[in-house]
Amino acid sequence: MDKEVFSLCFMCSVRCPITVKVKDGHVDWIEGNAHVPGIDGSLCPRGSAGISMLYDDQRVQSPLIRVGERGSGNWRKASWEEAIDYVGSRLKDIIDKNGAPSVALCERTQLATHVSKTFLKALGSPNHFTHDALCKGSVNTACRSLFGYTDAEVGIHYGETKHIVLYGRNIFESIALKEVNTLMKALENGAKLTYIDPRVTVTASKAHRYWMIRPGTDLALNYALMHVILKERLYDAEFVSKWVHGLNELRDFVEPYTPEWAETETGIPAGEIIQLAREMSRDKPSVIFHYGYRGANHRDEIYMRRSILMLNALMGSVEAKGGIFFKKGPGAAGGKGARKLTEQEFPKIEAVRFDKAGTKDFPLPDPNHGVAQIFPHAVLNEDPYPIKALIAYRMDPLMSIADTTRTKKALDKLDLVVTIDINYSDIAWYSDVILPESTYLERTDCIQQMNGLKPQMFLRKKAVEPRHDTLDGAVILKRIGEKLGIGRYFPYETMEDLVAWQIQGTGFTMADFEKKGFVAYGSEQIFWDRDNLPFKTPSKKIEFKSSLLENAGYASFPKYEAVQAPTDGRFRLVVGRSALHTHISTQNVPYLNELESENKLWINTKRAGELGIKNNALVEVVSSCGKGRIKAFVTDFIHPEAVFMLHGFGHEAGRAKRSFNRGLSDALIQENVYDPIGGSPAYHDTFVSVNPL
Amino acid sequence: MSKYYLFQDTRKCIGCHACEIQCKSNKNLPKGPKPCQIIQVGPKFIGGLPKMSFIFMPCFHCENPWCVSACPTGAMQKRSADGIVFIDKDLCVGCKTCVSACPWGAPQWNPETGKVEKCDYCKDRVDKGLKPACVTTCTTGCLKFGNVEDMTQIRRVRHAESVASFENSSF
Repeated sequence: MDKEVFSLCFMCSVRCPITVKVKDGHVDWIEGNAHVPGIDGSLCPRGSAGISMLYDDQRVQSPLIRVGERGSGNWRKASWEEAIDYVGSRLKDIIDKNGAPSVALCERTQLATHVSKTFLKALGSPNHFTHDALCKGSVNTACRSLFGYTDAEVGIHYGETKHIVLYGRNIFESIALKEVNTLMKALENGAKLTYIDPRVTVTASKAHRYWMIRPGTDLALNYALMHVILKERLYDAEFVSKWVHGLNELRDFVEPYTPEWAETETGIPAGEIIQLAREMSRDKPSVIFHYGYRGANHRDEIYMRRSILMLNALMGSVEAKGGIFFKKGPGAAGGKGARKLTEQEFPKIEAVRFDKAGTKDFPLPDPNHGVAQIFPHAVLNEDPYPIKALIAYRMDPLMSIADTTRTKKALDKLDLVVTIDINYSDIAWYSDVILPESTYLERTDCIQQMNGLKPQMFLRKKAVEPRHDTLDGAVILKRIGEKLGIGRYFPYETMEDLVAWQIQGTGFTMADFEKKGFVAYGSEQIFWDRDNLPFKTPSKKIEFKSSLLENAGYASFPKYEAVQAPTDGRFRLVVGRSALHTHISTQNVPYLNELESENKLWINTKRAGELGIKNNALVEVVSSCGKGRIKAFVTDFIHPEAVFMLHGFGHEAGRAKRSFNRGLSDALIQENVYDPIGGSPAYHDTFVSVNPL
Repeated sequence: MSKYYLFQDTRKCIGCHACEIQCKSNKNLPKGPKPCQIIQVGPKFIGGLPKMSFIFMPCFHCENPWCVSACPTGAMQKRSADGIVFIDKDLCVGCKTCVSACPWGAPQWNPETGKVEKCDYCKDRVDKGLKPACVTTCTTGCLKFGNVEDMTQIRRVRHAESVASFENSSF
């Protein structure tokens, strides 16, 4: 029997719409959903490797219970009944002894996140946390400080831009299909691309202007751009006078930050900085200073992200075609969104979160996501109270939170570690129980509410039956919940039941998704009237002078602190990604592993020469908290102060044989330091020595 | 030559290798053979800007394919109707003569079957009116497949648009 199924990819978290062709119960072909503009049938390399992931036997094939020491890799197979019983009874003991808040759950935000949040809310634990803070916590806080909206509520109108500035936002190697293709279309139509990064990437190779900035100094560049824009009155005066709160404060603040000053700090010639400011002004408001996706580099991250957003405001490119915009939900089109289990009534939770997000100790990070990198500290110091169990759902704290050695010590203090994943991830390997989830091709998932200029709903729909003894994540949590007496919060038996419950009252039916794989609330792009922009800040304006920051005791415009160059022959470690892998999750996928099986350490040719390091030679990388070995990639295309490695390699899980022990994990080397205001880790604030072997 | 042309719009190519993976996935190939491949050359600084070249290497489907003449068993063949050069794996004995004969490395070794794999423009798909796998899902749509005369038109139109002037011009 042949069939075609519209669904959503999940080789990364972007969830591009796909069409899956099934022949005799096997996935025969995957392509992008041709009905979706910007996708038009295309599929990225990771999406193209979906079939090789599905039919790879090095995935977790049944529930497993640990028999040896944690991390020893000794497992016994268990039935679902036994595994769920085991997890349920262990959790029950822990909750009886230590209270519900001693149970934490971490995950990469996904379509069933409302289910895992429900699980903890029903238990009475505030300790749900997501990968988001590790990626963009400070971007989120920066957006709220200026607009009153989170970063997830802001979008970028690539297709009609005239000039886009990217601060290391490596669009052509991160590959969200729609983003790549709409930007490519804009470039074909004559848009300009300015790319700023200490390292040359594929995106740099497509740019009209490339600056190899001194690592860590983007904020100095932005202050100089603002200086020029204000001095030469290059801003959108009408928009700014109507919508900006704190322009005069900004003007006074950036007065000393001249382009000549920035040239010394950043290495970018003053004249070129002035030129960019003038060019952006000429094309305003259809210009974009891209505020980033991952925004987790330095301790002052929130101010860097705020400065980018402020540049957009100065150009009037907020809620403008070819600029940035606010995402519209179903309500904006007179519709109703899908229901979430979190809309139920839950018992009140008195305990503070383990990371204290949203309290006076850590006021500004978004408690909806928490602050993941605090987890090791909270566990090791029992601050604010003992945590005893962790459920890791498709997120790997060992490879995502900086300083793996310390994170492992924290895990060693826990009575129970459970992983829900499709892979032998490193956290799965270090768990007591692995509960394998069905892959995206083998399961129906919760509704994707896709807010944007045209609000829509998408559906991930099961294409084939699970190959192994695996379950849907939302069903796994429901079954554990039943053992803990909270089964009533999960009013479904199957994913199909849950989706049907979600779309009640939206006016759409399951059949509506059959036609194109999605449903739309309207047909026109919705832009707000620029005379009536509904900013959600106390002043109802874009707050350069931020009440969110100042009410919490932080400055809106703190003095710039010069970025220190690494001393004693060391380097600043910077990290990033390639088109072939998604974070820590795809390194063992056969076709992706074949093309990229390990990471290398990019090091500047001159610096490498001084150290006697030859291309492709093994070197040792040492920081204050860890060390490891990796091959050197000697190149002119990285700034001399920096070394670079791809994130996500150096896996320790033995059964993922292709990725086991290949390359080096950045998290092993990175120090667990972070932006204390915005909440992001400072992944680029670790200095390392590089020693030839 | 085959009547088809596989055009790579290098301005839009981002060297993501999706073409290679979709090709292998469609042909269900193990580790090793790559009927098409992107080879990155560079980066190099050209006029102060870093530039990279992503060279797409499928089979060129030659007019007078040396691999076909070299093949001792008749496994390597050229379709008379459209000039697609393909291998009949039932006849391939794995002697590798085609591998030696091809100046561009198009015939690929499959270590699991001990036979040769080769780009055949996905002739089964083409016969159904579809495009080759690599072209169908190319991330940026930079790969295009069709008759040679249509493919040259893309470059001409683009060049025309880039040189067209509406001011001080008789055009």
